[in-house]
Amino acid sequence: MVALTKRYGEKVAVDHLTCAVRPGVVTGFLGPNGAGKSTTMRLILGLDRPTSGRVTVDGRRYDRIREPLKDMGALLEARGAHGGRSAFHHLLALAQSNGVPTRRVHEVLETVGLTAVSGKKVKSFSLGMSQRLGIAVALLGDPRILMFDEPVNGLDPEGIHWVRTLMQSLAAEGRTVFVSSHLMSEMALTAGHLVVIGQGRLLADLPMEEFIRRHSRSYVRLRSPEVERLLDVLHTAGIAVARAPDGALEVAEGDAARLGELAAAHRLVLHELSPQRASLEEAFMRLTARSVEYHSHPGQPGGPAEAARDGAAWGADWKPRKGR
Amino acid sequence: MPAVQVMRSVQVMRSEWTKVRTVASTVWTLSVAAVVTVALGMLISYLSRRDFASMSAEEQLTFDPTFISFAGTSLGQLAMIVFGVLVVSNEYSTGMIRTSLAAVPQRGTFLFGKIAVAAGLSLAVGMVTSFAAFFLGQAVLGPYRAHIGDPGVLRAVFGGGLYMTLIAVFSMGVAAMLRGPLLSLGILMPFFFLISNILGNVSATKKVGRYLPDQAGNRILRVSPLLDPTPYGPWGGLGIMVLWVLAALAGGFLLLKRRDA
Repeated sequence: MVALTKRYGEKVAVDHLTCAVRPGVVTGFLGPNGAGKSTTMRLILGLDRPTSGRVTVDGRRYDRIREPLKDMGALLEARGAHGGRSAFHHLLALAQSNGVPTRRVHEVLETVGLTAVSGKKVKSFSLGMSQRLGIAVALLGDPRILMFDEPVNGLDPEGIHWVRTLMQSLAAEGRTVFVSSHLMSEMALTAGHLVVIGQGRLLADLPMEEFIRRHSRSYVRLRSPEVERLLDVLHTAGIAVARAPDGALEVAEGDAARLGELAAAHRLVLHELSPQRASLEEAFMRLTARSVEYHSHPGQPGGPAEAARDGAAWGADWKPRKGR
Repeated sequence: MPAVQVMRSVQVMRSEWTKVRTVASTVWTLSVAAVVTVALGMLISYLSRRDFASMSAEEQLTFDPTFISFAGTSLGQLAMIVFGVLVVSNEYSTGMIRTSLAAVPQRGTFLFGKIAVAAGLSLAVGMVTSFAAFFLGQAVLGPYRAHIGDPGVLRAVFGGGLYMTLIAVFSMGVAAMLRGPLLSLGILMPFFFLISNILGNVSATKKVGRYLPDQAGNRILRVSPLLDPTPYGPWGGLGIMVLWVLAALAGGFLLLKRRDA
């Protein structure tokens, strides 16, 4: 993807998005609802035309690939099947359009566990079964690249576990797996690499471990009946402190033992002294909340440019919005 | 066309054949088209036979037994329209279009592969229907019947099958432009059932009305010289209809190619 942009009238759905998805690892495509994840995926498949920029699959535009299901399989959001057709015939028609043998239709039905209901009409399927049928379509051509839009939607816990295992085993086979989700917790379990977008813009593109290291901020929470005196003591010791909304104090990257000793030395009563670690979910929320902030103050100097200078891991292609 | 292109088209047509034969609407619409056309033709043929003696001399002279047996076409063609519309617009109403275009991103190959298969099926059904309507209608007409070997008759019967096919393909083109089945049917049904007939029979609009696709196309069903001869012959009329069909297909193709799916 290079500077991929899609506008629907006035609304910019995808804004100069540049990133590459690599094989052998599950790449999580994360963003809040409406961030442009589905639009990006539709642009990759050539279903929507980009307003500017380009997107290629193995260096080729998707609509130039002759039998695309053999190179790339995709599960898109919502149902993409004729309700009056059976699951088998749905897959058969798609297989025929890409020269995939009928044998493979039976194989993928087996893989997703729909063999028993393959003769049933798709409209009788539950959301979970439809999702499995969509995954079967993606797997049909045995492609090296797979793309799933919110694959665990509508699945029961057993189905969710199955999807996670499937995605990891597909990546372990050396395939490129690109999965979107609006849930950080889901990505934390499956993805090895993260691409985060908000308001159509790239916010982060980095390995999962790196994301955890950077964003799961640790701090020490302190509560005391003598807040003002505690603040003085900390200030004198040169320790930066922040006030939490509930009146507690937070010391970023603080050392609980040292803070406890400091309090004891000044005979301060502490009601709480606890090391904390912000969850990835919080980190994600903070990250995407920032994109909303930028959005409402376009062209404002400072923060965004800093993030852009932060190199490849951050929104390297961030540009102030023009002409709006 | 290079061999690779041909192979791709064959794959797409096989796929589209699987799609069209595995939904119930195909069987319903096509069988209704055939049954209505034949049955209504037989009914009108029966009524014409009974009333023949009481017709005026002029009416008797211009009596066209072949055309009478095709009287059911005016109603049967509506089912062909429904078939044509559904073949294309089902893709949109079900969300299948995204899956289809992900499998065949070459949109021209996709659309024309689909239309070729559906047109081929329409042609087969249309021809069988047309010959059945003729022979059964003539059997009912008894003493006033025409023979397949009479001048112009074979052309009319063969043309009947072509007419049904062209109506269906025209509807496919319109549906490709409009996408939604309700909108497409809402425009095509009243147009062919009412508006075209009104425009073609009211003297003020007759001159324009006879260039409409169905008015021009069904000239091929007539064997007797008309009381009000059209400026085009039977094949000329069909040619006008073909131009309409090509325009609808071109419109559908251009919109599909440019639009987000």
